[in-house]
Amino acid sequence: MDKVYSSVEAAIEDVFDGAIIAFGGFFSAGRPAALTLALSKRGVKNLTVVVQQVGTGNEEMLELVVNGQIKRAVCNYPFPRSASKGARHPFEQAVRKGEIGLEIYPIGTFVEKLRCAGAGIPAFYTAAGAGTVVAEGKEVRVFNGIEYLLELALPVDFAFVHAWKGDHEGNLVYRFTAQNYNNAMAMAAKVTIAEVETLVETGGLNPNFIHTPGIFVKRVVETGKPELSGFSLGGI
Amino acid sequence: MSKIMKITLPGMPPLEREMIALRIANMLEDGAYVNLGIGIPTLVSNWIEGRDIIIQSEIGMLKCGPLAEEGEIDQDRINASCQFVRDMPGTSYFNVETSFAMIRGGCMDVAVLGALQVSARGDLAGWNTPARGLGKRGNIGGSMDLAVGAKKVIVAMEHFTTNGEPKILTECSYPLTAKACVDVIVTNYALIEVTAKGLVLREAIPGVSAEEVQKMTAAPLIVAEDFHEMEL
Repeated sequence: MDKVYSSVEAAIEDVFDGAIIAFGGFFSAGRPAALTLALSKRGVKNLTVVVQQVGTGNEEMLELVVNGQIKRAVCNYPFPRSASKGARHPFEQAVRKGEIGLEIYPIGTFVEKLRCAGAGIPAFYTAAGAGTVVAEGKEVRVFNGIEYLLELALPVDFAFVHAWKGDHEGNLVYRFTAQNYNNAMAMAAKVTIAEVETLVETGGLNPNFIHTPGIFVKRVVETGKPELSGFSLGGI
Repeated sequence: MSKIMKITLPGMPPLEREMIALRIANMLEDGAYVNLGIGIPTLVSNWIEGRDIIIQSEIGMLKCGPLAEEGEIDQDRINASCQFVRDMPGTSYFNVETSFAMIRGGCMDVAVLGALQVSARGDLAGWNTPARGLGKRGNIGGSMDLAVGAKKVIVAMEHFTTNGEPKILTECSYPLTAKACVDVIVTNYALIEVTAKGLVLREAIPGVSAEEVQKMTAAPLIVAEDFHEMEL
């Protein structure tokens, strides 16, 4: 089995208008920078993006915003932390103008929606968000005297993930805190496309230390390491 | 209740943010697993070096080390506030689904969180400032999971907003992070415990009386029998 593609362009060739795409990465760490830039060049529109934040640490996503490719975003920490930075931020401005719709979840709920989609579980209960605006319109159920919200799984059409190393069969290894959402997103997608810093021969990874088994990954493309995000030098 | 306002006191000036963090660090027990939120909570890590306290960062790191020095910067090793950090002997890395299993699953002994407002019942509002004009949209991050999942929630905040508005109120007016989740509030003037009977004033900074803390607080305070000066 060989899942390797020769270029990011070839790896995303079938991404269609209206697709739901999950992007790995927690601020700058583990973001699929090369796949994101390729998507902005491909120009498909009406996308739903599932990603922690848009354009803070993962500045490549701003290309999609400026090109008007995003219809809806599903996030947990969507905006710059500072209000003054937000006032100059293309994503925040597009949301304020109503050009991009936005759904927000607590991080634990956000990632569990993805994990469940990948695990064949249609919905789950969590206490996070009970009694807050997150609970609006959701079923509430009490277990052992505590309120929980029913949250639905979030399956996606494509996941763009970034790994440190990958082999030809799609087994992936992440580095330090660059793991973050990449595994859950790989599980949740019909088609997971992994950009890897280093491609190794099948058998070249220690099978005891695979983070995402190749069954969750359809395509692998070697891209090298993304540049240091200028944003990440300051922290949020 | 008469209008609550920031007053100038003749005694010691209010605590610096680092000192709020120190008071909280002194409250943590050895052997604790602790998550620190953005802002003043992050400063707690400056006061626990050498102690047997393990910091969890919700990005997926246990035993998160101090901030990285110039030359140690690695973009794959950041904390949840996007600061470059170091690891230590015994550090582990994992994915976010595992990180939040720890948080919701009751493994976190303490979460230290910032707040915009705290109510008399311990309701916490910390993710959405209405003045920013984003309506119900804002940066929730991991705060809601931490508020409901941690065994103990300590709020680290200043007593007033930058405009001099009180932050401890009978009811929160800002969107909530979670209901009745706060156990202890440490501000630049006082240490207040949230109990079933209401807010109990346990400590005030030197030179500030219980009456003066009450005047600065827009919710009724019960003065603890052992009310005393805050020691740092």
